Amino acid sequence: MAAAESYPEDLKYNDEHDWARIDGGEAVLGITWFAADSLGELVHFEPPAAGAAIVKDESYGEVESVKAVSDLIAPLSGEVLEVNQRVVDAPETVNEDPYGDGWLIRIRLSDPSEVDALLDLAAYKQVLVEQ
Amino acid sequence: MADTLLRTPLHDRHVALGARMVPFAGWEMPVQYEGVIPEHRAVRHDAGVFDVSPMGEIEVEGPRALELLQGLISSDLAKVEPGHARYTLLTNDEGGIVDDLIAYRLDEFRWLLVVNASNKDTDHAWIKEREISGSDVRDVSLEYALLAVQGPRAIARLGLPEAPRNTFAEETIDGVQTMVNRTGYTGEDGCEILCMAEDAERLWDAIVARGVTPCGLGARDTLRLEAGLALHGNDISPDTDAISAGLGWTCALDKQFTGVEELRRIKGEGAARKLVAFVMEERAIPRHGMAIDGGGEVTSGTHSPTLDVGIGMGYVPSGSADVGTELSIDVRGNARRARVVKKPFYTREG
Repeated sequence: MAAAESYPEDLKYNDEHDWARIDGGEAVLGITWFAADSLGELVHFEPPAAGAAIVKDESYGEVESVKAVSDLIAPLSGEVLEVNQRVVDAPETVNEDPYGDGWLIRIRLSDPSEVDALLDLAAYKQVLVEQ
Repeated sequence: MADTLLRTPLHDRHVALGARMVPFAGWEMPVQYEGVIPEHRAVRHDAGVFDVSPMGEIEVEGPRALELLQGLISSDLAKVEPGHARYTLLTNDEGGIVDDLIAYRLDEFRWLLVVNASNKDTDHAWIKEREISGSDVRDVSLEYALLAVQGPRAIARLGLPEAPRNTFAEETIDGVQTMVNRTGYTGEDGCEILCMAEDAERLWDAIVARGVTPCGLGARDTLRLEAGLALHGNDISPDTDAISAGLGWTCALDKQFTGVEELRRIKGEGAARKLVAFVMEERAIPRHGMAIDGGGEVTSGTHSPTLDVGIGMGYVPSGSADVGTELSIDVRGNARRARVVKKPFYTREG
């Protein structure tokens, strides 16, 4: 079952519908409910390799539904510490729980100051209104 | 191109059901209601209904209608009796496929061709230009709505009698007069129902009330691909011939029709490339236009909801077309392994 629409207060966002949960020098990344709903049920997650460097505003992987492919745009730069194998095995987990079990990767931040440029919930909701 | 998209008589129904609407061949059409995968499963396990009203209907009438069509169409239509239908091809001088269509013999002197939405104007002009005295060609597309009801329970849910595939009959469904054709594009049992445009909403409501799931273009594509059915514009086109596409069975090479000499030659010499079906052996989804190593190209690809794996069709050199051959597909820069399989990917039971 797809989750109901929601956007947690404690996350940071970019305007490509990716979210980041900051925890000290690390962050967990995923895609928002809006992104998952727009794509439809996900059937493939092409993750980066563990240890790979990802760069803010560049693609770090892909998610696909039956009909569409979407690049994952990194909200922050860093080194990939962990890929969520559960989503690799069952991509629909993202639709079911986009901010919980449906997280995509965990990274070590290479430039924690990048966090300041991300959108807070109010700013992200403005992005949604303008869609 | 006009900016305004056409709307079928069922447009308001789609919007009311919360469908996601997209442009398709100049029409505004539902790509999904609940979701591609649940709609796909509804058709595989029960019954689904698709608004396929954008498809064109061309009527060819007159004492020489058969003669006209025999010269333009690949099948031997003399063998099609009134009340029967035939999947066939409109071909060009090079043996290429102008369109694939279903020809219905309404009576001795009257045929209805149901053609792809995106090719309707081309097909109509193609046949009209070649009209002979004693044949009258008319585009009657806007007079009708067409609903496809597909799935193992489709016929039972509609309360229709059993009938052989590729036959049609007039039926009244919950008070609506229709022509029910035992045809389809999903690999399931079912029918395609033609009704007058003004009756479309009443028919749609009756079908949905009978427990049939509304399905969009997304599921239509995954279903037809699992069934190994070609999509014109992707897998077949004016630049691809029937022999290479594996549609030689639709071609009566012993009669005269446009492009038959070229088709005979290709058949005699053997096609240089062939349209094959393949299954991914690594996690990846093939998509239209991706290169196949060794000089091939993916023409259709998706994630198969039934098999839960990437599937596709594409042209490969004939030497790589045998079942079991390993292929390498360029998935946005990554080489991914696939294997040629026998069509279809999915066959219904019974």
